[in-house]
Amino acid sequence: MDNPDSPLTPGKATIIVHSGDYDKVYSAFIIGDGALAMGMDVSLYFTFWGLTRLKKGQLERGPLSKMHMFGLGKWMVQRRMRKAGVAPLERLARDFKELGGKIFACDMTMDIMGISAGDLREDLISEYCAVGTYVEEARTSTMTLFI
Amino acid sequence: MAEIKIDVRGETCPVPLVEVRKALRRAAPGDVVEITGTHPSSRKEIPLAIKALGLEMLETAEEGGTWTIRIRR
Repeated sequence: MDNPDSPLTPGKATIIVHSGDYDKVYSAFIIGDGALAMGMDVSLYFTFWGLTRLKKGQLERGPLSKMHMFGLGKWMVQRRMRKAGVAPLERLARDFKELGGKIFACDMTMDIMGISAGDLREDLISEYCAVGTYVEEARTSTMTLFI
Repeated sequence: MAEIKIDVRGETCPVPLVEVRKALRRAAPGDVVEITGTHPSSRKEIPLAIKALGLEMLETAEEGGTWTIRIRR
């Protein structure tokens, strides 16, 4: 990874994005972007409901994890987020890629849910993988999270 | 030596941190990056990122809720 500022202790963060909930996908990208900004290497592993957010046009489409209320809750939360100046998920995802973050898509989830590579945001995805890649990365990580 | 100025006033977590990092990646060694913002926690956290990146903080200033941090790449 391009790391021109030679950080003292770069470290590595490995994050599983299992949830496709709007607020939880936000958490994944905020933590991922923050860790990259602070000099870490970061990988996000999208699996199960998380992977559905990587389908074309679906990044911002997840329900709220609580008080979704058929979309009313999400509408209210989004309004407050805009007022607070929170960046859209699309921008956080672009920044994640620009800062050298890697996004992995679980190929077993693709089989289960009948998702083909052509359905997914290939502009965001670095690689398709299974659990072995996650374990290999996680065992040398200083931070690993399951969201 | 160039001076790069970024303005993240009104932006919230994690944008100020991300924009500092993006500017530092664009900067050449010796360049100065100056960031101005209003998000309170970022004023504390940008110096943590600078330390983690092994870079030099030049100065910080705050007036009326708007802070400015200068960093040498």
